Parts: sequence; structure tokens; C-alpha cells
Amino acid sequence: MTIRPEDLPVVGREVTETEVLEHVGSAGGPTDLRITDSTLRDGSHAMSHQFTEAQVRGVVSALDRAGVQVIEVSHGDGLGGSSFNYGFSLVDELDLIAAAVDEAARAKIAILMLPGLATVKHLKRAQAVGASVARIATHCTEADVSIQHFGEARSLGMETVGFLMLAHRASPEVLAENARTMVDAGAQCVYVVDSAGALVLSDAQERIQAVVDEIGRDGAQVGFHGHQNLSMGVANSVLAYQAGAKQIDGALCALGAGAGNSPTEVLAATFERLGIRTGVDLGEVLSAAEEVVRPFIPRLPWMDRSSITQGYAGVYSSFLLHAERAAERYAVPAHAILQRVGEHGYVGGQEDMIIDIALQLAEEQSLGDLAAVGVR
Amino acid sequence: MTRTKASAAIVGPGNIGTDLMFKLIRRSEIIEPRYMVGVDPTSDGLTRARRLGLETSAGGVDWLLSRDELPDIVFEATSAKAHVANAPRYAEAGILAVDLTPAAVGPYLCPPVNLSFNLDATNVNMITCGGQATVPMVNAVSSVVPVPYAEIVASVSSRSAGPGTRANIDEFTETTAAAVEEIGGAERGKAIIILNPVEPPLMMRNSVFCAIPEEAGEPGALQDRILESIHAMVRNVQEYVAGYQLRSDPQFDPARPAWSGQARVFVPIEVRGSGDYLPDYAGNLDIITAAAARVGDLLVAHRLGTATSWKSTAELGDPASDTTAPEKAGV
Repeated sequence: MTIRPEDLPVVGREVTETEVLEHVGSAGGPTDLRITDSTLRDGSHAMSHQFTEAQVRGVVSALDRAGVQVIEVSHGDGLGGSSFNYGFSLVDELDLIAAAVDEAARAKIAILMLPGLATVKHLKRAQAVGASVARIATHCTEADVSIQHFGEARSLGMETVGFLMLAHRASPEVLAENARTMVDAGAQCVYVVDSAGALVLSDAQERIQAVVDEIGRDGAQVGFHGHQNLSMGVANSVLAYQAGAKQIDGALCALGAGAGNSPTEVLAATFERLGIRTGVDLGEVLSAAEEVVRPFIPRLPWMDRSSITQGYAGVYSSFLLHAERAAERYAVPAHAILQRVGEHGYVGGQEDMIIDIALQLAEEQSLGDLAAVGVR
Repeated sequence: MTRTKASAAIVGPGNIGTDLMFKLIRRSEIIEPRYMVGVDPTSDGLTRARRLGLETSAGGVDWLLSRDELPDIVFEATSAKAHVANAPRYAEAGILAVDLTPAAVGPYLCPPVNLSFNLDATNVNMITCGGQATVPMVNAVSSVVPVPYAEIVASVSSRSAGPGTRANIDEFTETTAAAVEEIGGAERGKAIIILNPVEPPLMMRNSVFCAIPEEAGEPGALQDRILESIHAMVRNVQEYVAGYQLRSDPQFDPARPAWSGQARVFVPIEVRGSGDYLPDYAGNLDIITAAAARVGDLLVAHRLGTATSWKSTAELGDPASDTTAPEKAGV
């Protein structure tokens, strides 16, 4: 499949007169990169998937006012994620997506889907309620499971974005090959997704560079999705831009899995200081974070022992709360569970293995206790 | 003359087709693999089949159906799309079809759950590897208490997922979920598949979650009956897949409002393959090919009017100790 110029997401285009008239603060206008806000998708993990329609409307309205061009709304694990394994949604994600579409005057509403969990049927339902950007995610070495989904998304007229998750687990070359697979299937942009917040500076930049070198010549864009587990989200995003990335993900107040995402408001401030145009109004996005999101967050994402362990051991960030729950139920430390998840190399979606590891740790602990009192 | 054996064709010489060939040779006395067909002349599966004395071709189903002697039974290990196209042609030629793709043209079969199916069926479907591993557990629970919702997560090593599975991932989840309902006995089913590329490869793992009545979430007689049913079903599956086991005791969680007031049972399953073709981590191949060989033997026995010849795990001895035997023996 070839990518036509008109298929590309619009970045750095001329503004129309209407847009100038509707211009709010510094929102809109020509941009050097596009920020996609994932508060209402990655943030769903940190909210244990309990977003209400009112919260979604409030966030979309504030982001839209701030000039954020793409807003992602889905269960944290993507469409169809509401389940025993990942946690049930309080409100059906299709209702939340429809509310977001209704609320957004300018922004496009994106969805995330993971083939193997969500199917083309989920994608069609999301598109039918107004989602216009399909972000399709696979583990970084398994891009070929997404081929049918990119084809369908394109034929539905959606903008397409590929997501190569846990990108620290593949070399730059392997990532580039997988990005190629996605672009050939119809992806218009491919993200290097640091799901574990494990990429440290040059690790991120080398990967972005390899993907830009591979798919940039076809006119496909490259994106970066960072997490804060090692506090690298924003710095890695700047390096990603310098290596040629044109789409960057963030979340208000870092609301996301693990220690959270690159905060959208910090991205906006940092890029503005660097003279890199994002089209986002800093004042508006700061108030979106402070006044709209912060008040409803039960617990701010934070770099604590467990989430730092995730970054250090390369563990999928959304395992955090599941590990904490298993830790409580089986009386073993959450960070020890996460450390072992890293050792076993479990990938995104394998939340069920957390129970397994907690049981093993509990058994080892009780054997250890017995050994301590002299039982062999 | 009374025939004592049926000839078989395997369509699709990939991981599943090749593993199935070894299983049929070892486990059935009445099915004789005669043809192996594919579309790629350089396929490793075709080479192996030729070495074992099968007639092989990269000319696909066209080649197969133009043989002077047609097979009695065909095992389809291609893709859902291919089987949908091929199924009417097999039917027209009077060939029994055992479908190992998620096409689901014929009824779903899972040996420990519904082997007493209509033996006159001419096309049967083996669901998916994840379905073969998890539907027995859902059925074990739903035969004791109502299960309004069941969810399964199948994790397989990337190396054991061939191009067919990868191109068919939606069909995998949809067919598995439908079988969780239809023969697992859950009112609503959901299926998730995860491919993990870690080295050394992960053993096939399956997690089964069933929503169960509040009472069954607490220790007591009802919970004990569910446990008994699960353990009995594990033994039934082990009769044909020796490496099928509970990874730990089933875990019961008390009812929660977020689960519509239902309690939950979690059953973790590990499937170690018998290493007939791929190494033992590929339990996902083992469980579907073993089920297909079992069902094929039963269908053929019915047609020939003989007893089923299929050998259980116990009769075979320890399969893991003997992984390359069929090839060495040059059967």
C-alpha cells in the first residue's frame, strides 16, 4: 500500500481564515510536531478504568480549548479491554468515545486497539461513534499481527498510527523492520512506545532514528510515547523530536500507567522554551491539568519503589496496580512481583501472570519461613 | 473387501500440519497419512513428509483433488479463509474434513467435552489451540454452577505462532470466544491471545476466569464441587495431552460489586508439548493436533465400522522421552 501525501496527518500546514478567527490564545497555527493526549486512555490505568462521562467531557473540552489536536479515549488496554484480566470499565468505552466526539470542536478523537484483544468489529464500532484516528498496538516484535487491522482502518477512512510497545525489548534494527511491516500494511505513522519507561536518552533516540531512517522516506511519520518510571519521558520526547519524530504523546498530570506518562503540560512548556511549535496554548493546558484533571485523580502517578522497578526491570507500566493488588492479596511485595515479571520477560497483556508470580513468591516465602525455623 | 484403514491428506505443511502428521503416525492405526500439500515447494513440512514416504506437492488443493485416489479424510491446517474456500470442494468429493483453522464451517469439537457428537458429520472444527486448552475448564465449572461470563487468556511463544495464526488473529479470538459459550457453557465468552517473543520461549500458558455465584466464591461444599470438577477434567485432557496441567490451585475471589455481584474462579493452565515436531514450549500446537488426531480417528472408525484405534497418553508411554522416534523409524 502506498501512502499518498493527502493521507498524511496535517502538521505544519497553512492556517485557514476560519481557524485564525477561532484562534484562542496561541492554540492552533503552524506546528513543528503534533501532541496526542492520552489522559483518557493511558490514564484509564491509573483510574482503574473508572472514568465517568462527565470527566471525559471536561478533559476533552479543556484539551480542545488548549489546541491539542488528537485526544485518545479507550479502556487503558485499548478497545475491548474491559475484562477480568485488565479490569472492568465503569462506563462503556463506546459511550465515552461518543461523548468525547460530541465535546471536541476541533480535536480528532483517537482510539487504541491491541490485535489479539480487540478485533476489527471493535474498531468499526468505535469509528461508527466518531473516532477518526486508529492507533493499533503490538508488542514491538510482532507487528505482523496488525496487518488486517491497518487495512480495515484505512478502508474505514481513519488516520492510522502504529504502536510498537515495550520498544526497549527490540534493537533499533528490529524496531525498524517492524515499523516497515506496519507502514506496508497502511500505518501513516509508527510510534516507538516506551511502555516500561525503560529507555534512557540515547536508547530512545537511536530507536527513533532507526525508524525514521526506515519509514521516513515513504512520507510516514514517527512518534514517541514515553513513561516517567525513570523520569525520562519529557527528555526522551525532546530527543525524539530532534531525531525526526513528529508526533509525541503525553497525558495531563502524567495520568497514566506506572509512574505516568510524559506530562502534556510539561511537554508544551518545554517545547515552547525550545522554540518548537506544538500549537498548544501553555496557559490553557496548564489549567486543564491543574483545574480539570488534578481534582479527580485519586492518586497522582509517582516514581516510587514499584514504578522505578518497572523502569529498571523493563516491565509494562500498566502492571503496577495489578501487582499492588496481588501483593495485598498474597502478602508479598509488589516490587518483588514486578522485578520477577521483568526477569520472565512477560509482555503487555499478560497481567494474568502476576497472580502466578505472586503465588510463587508466597510459596517461596513460606518455604523460607519454614527453613528459618529449621524445617527442611 | 473390508477396508481397515483410511487414507488421509494434510493440507498446510506448517507447524500444525507437520506436528499433526507425526501424531497420526504414532497414535492412530486406522488413519494412514498419504498426502501432504502446500503452496511453497521449499517448505520444511513438505520435505519432512516426503522423507516419511508421503506423496507431497506444492500444488495445493487443486493437486490433491486431481489425484486418481482421493483421500478419505482431510485435515486442514491452512487459514480460516482457505478452509472456507476448500470446504465445499471436499464435501463435493465426499472427503471428511477435520478443520484446524478457526473457520468454523462445521460444529466445534473439544474431545473431553463433546466427543459424543454426531459421527455422521462431514466437517468438524477444532476451534483454536487456546480453545482446546481452555474450553474444558469453562465446561468443568459450568457443569457445577451457572457461568454468566467466562474469559480466557492464551499466551503462546512467538516462535510457535505461524503466519496462519498471525494473519487470523481476529478469527482466533472470535472463534475461541464462541466456543467458550457454545461448548464451554458460559453465557458470554471472551478470548484474548498474547504472543511473547522471549527467549528461551515461554511454555504455552492459559488463564481461565469464570464468573460464578457469590456462594461459590466462599469456601464450602459448592466450591469443593467446582474444584473436583476441574481436577477431573484435567485428568480427561491428560489422556491425550500428557503435558496439560494446572499451574497452581484454582484461585477463588469473593463476589465484588464491579463483577455484577458475582464471585470469580481463576484457573491457570500450562501446556507442555510432547515435542513431536516443535520443542515442548509449543503446547499450543500439541493440544490442537492431538485433539484433531483423536477426532479424526473416531470419525474414521465410525465410517469403517471398526473400533477407535487411538492411543492414549498412558498407552504411548512417556512421549517426552522419545521425541524423534517417528522420524528415525522412517515410518
